[in-house]
Amino acid sequence: MLTYVAIVLDGLVYASWLFMVSVGLTLIYGVMKILNIAHGSLYAIGAYTAASLVGAYFSAGYVPVLSFAVLVGAALAAGLVCGLVIERGVLRFMYGQDEVLMILVTYAIFLILEDLIKVFWGVSPYFAFQPYGMLGNFDVMGLPYAGYDFLLMGLAGLTGLGVWWSINRTRTGHLLTAVIHDREMSTAMGVNVKRVYTVTFVIGATLAALGGAFTAPKISVTPGIGVEVIVLAFAVVVIGGLGSIGGAMIGALLVGILRAAAVHLLPEVELFVIYAVMALVLAFRPYGLFAAPEARKI
Amino acid sequence: MNRRMDPTLVSLAAALPVLLVLGYALPDWLTFYLQVSLASGLAALAVMLQMRAGLVNFGQGLYYCLGAYAGGMSGHFLGITDALVLLLLAVVLSVAVSFIVGFLVARYREIFYAMLSLALSMILYGLLVRAEALGSTDGFNLPSTTFLGYAPEGQALREAGYVFTCIVALAIAAAVHRYLRSPLGAIGEAVRENELRVEYLGASPRYVVHLIYVMAAAIAGIGGVLAGISVGHVDPNLAYWTTSGQFVFIALLSGTGNVAAPLIGAFLLVMIRVYAVEYSPYTWQMILGGVMLLIIMFLPGGLWSLTRLRKKGGLT
Repeated sequence: MLTYVAIVLDGLVYASWLFMVSVGLTLIYGVMKILNIAHGSLYAIGAYTAASLVGAYFSAGYVPVLSFAVLVGAALAAGLVCGLVIERGVLRFMYGQDEVLMILVTYAIFLILEDLIKVFWGVSPYFAFQPYGMLGNFDVMGLPYAGYDFLLMGLAGLTGLGVWWSINRTRTGHLLTAVIHDREMSTAMGVNVKRVYTVTFVIGATLAALGGAFTAPKISVTPGIGVEVIVLAFAVVVIGGLGSIGGAMIGALLVGILRAAAVHLLPEVELFVIYAVMALVLAFRPYGLFAAPEARKI
Repeated sequence: MNRRMDPTLVSLAAALPVLLVLGYALPDWLTFYLQVSLASGLAALAVMLQMRAGLVNFGQGLYYCLGAYAGGMSGHFLGITDALVLLLLAVVLSVAVSFIVGFLVARYREIFYAMLSLALSMILYGLLVRAEALGSTDGFNLPSTTFLGYAPEGQALREAGYVFTCIVALAIAAAVHRYLRSPLGAIGEAVRENELRVEYLGASPRYVVHLIYVMAAAIAGIGGVLAGISVGHVDPNLAYWTTSGQFVFIALLSGTGNVAAPLIGAFLLVMIRVYAVEYSPYTWQMILGGVMLLIIMFLPGGLWSLTRLRKKGGLT
């Protein structure tokens, strides 16, 4: 019984993390049809920015509670700067190209960003553990859980709700939906598609950085953390259906719970299980669980 | 003689004695890099084969790793050390796996092809890092290779491995070139251009893609076993997605114009890395990324397309 409680709780914690790191990826794909391999690097940049800012914040001796605001600020700064530079500097010259070619473009950006991170922050690890311990520990049926993990769960829920609300309940969101469905028609109707693309990419980048910033207190921030994240985010997004926010949530829950189950019951298959689920879903639902199939064009 | 000899085949045949002479003339470390880059160049050739049909495989490392492990495990556990037998085993395993997996993969195109192949290679990676009998993340060493009963040691072993790798790599390149010039090879390009019209003409794109997938797997598997023999060590990183990314990089950089392009491109990449790691260890990937962006923007046919420009007189 206790094992199952642990599986569900661990799974939820892991799922909220997965959702945080993959929601930006699915948003960018949904609107711009770009599968962004550099997403993992944006996550890493968010983590690095947060770690160095939080470190500076605590050594300056300000009020500890506000360090959460520092995390959010770090993500906003990192996402805004990187998002704008990448979209304005590279991607806008590539619009209209093949989707496959865009993968190669973002792979090139990924290679560049991976080294930029090393140039900026060096190769020694960064730590920002202070916010993690601040919320104390909770006992759930005798199992100790960090309060910070519950904060992450709340944050993931809030992010999902926020993205859903802005797409479905705001004017900008409706314009976005129009662009998703028919780019040319919305241009003809006077939507500034270029600006929609820029804003979407910046928001997607910020979401990736936010995922990184809130992960930073849980890990030691070292080179290469983004390389792993990108394939996990791919798996989650592909399972749910590329471009679907709800799909990313379901995908994250599925992968999170399954991985937690694997860790507790059969640790040998921990990594295997994630990609096996992805391959299995793709075998039966090529476009993922929640994406509509597309007609072939002549 | 009413038919002119195919210049590519002639060049490949001429390249063998040149490479063998180089093997004696060049210092050991350089021939080693040459050997390793021929092995990884074969995997890049496999990626290029799929690129010609409009398919980008971001998981070619799956078969590269499978080939390397097939060779490594038969050497390590069964005591089989003959290079030809290892090669055969790697091909059989790669073809068997890719034939079955191909039924699934051949239904997909574009990013789904890329993502599914990536997921499949990560499945193998996930399995191997947890397999303690196979050394988990560290992998394991291969016993010395023998060649048809000839069991060299030390310097002679290195030379024999080099000669073997050169012969196999060039033979594969020649075979792929012949395939691409055949009617079946031409359909691959037609699939890239317009799949639906290929169906109207009575050919089956799914069959063609399946065939290309299996062929690419066999070639990458051979590349993998050659890499295992060259380095004498295999580890799960061969199946990690960044390894596959490198193959894609080589194929894109060198272009799909000629079968020799990925082999040369692989050697260029290895040499760039050797010098870049020495002079600027933290920026060499950045340089690669920049080069890749420039190629995509200004030279979509890869570096090989420069040779065609020269022939047309377009480049002055």
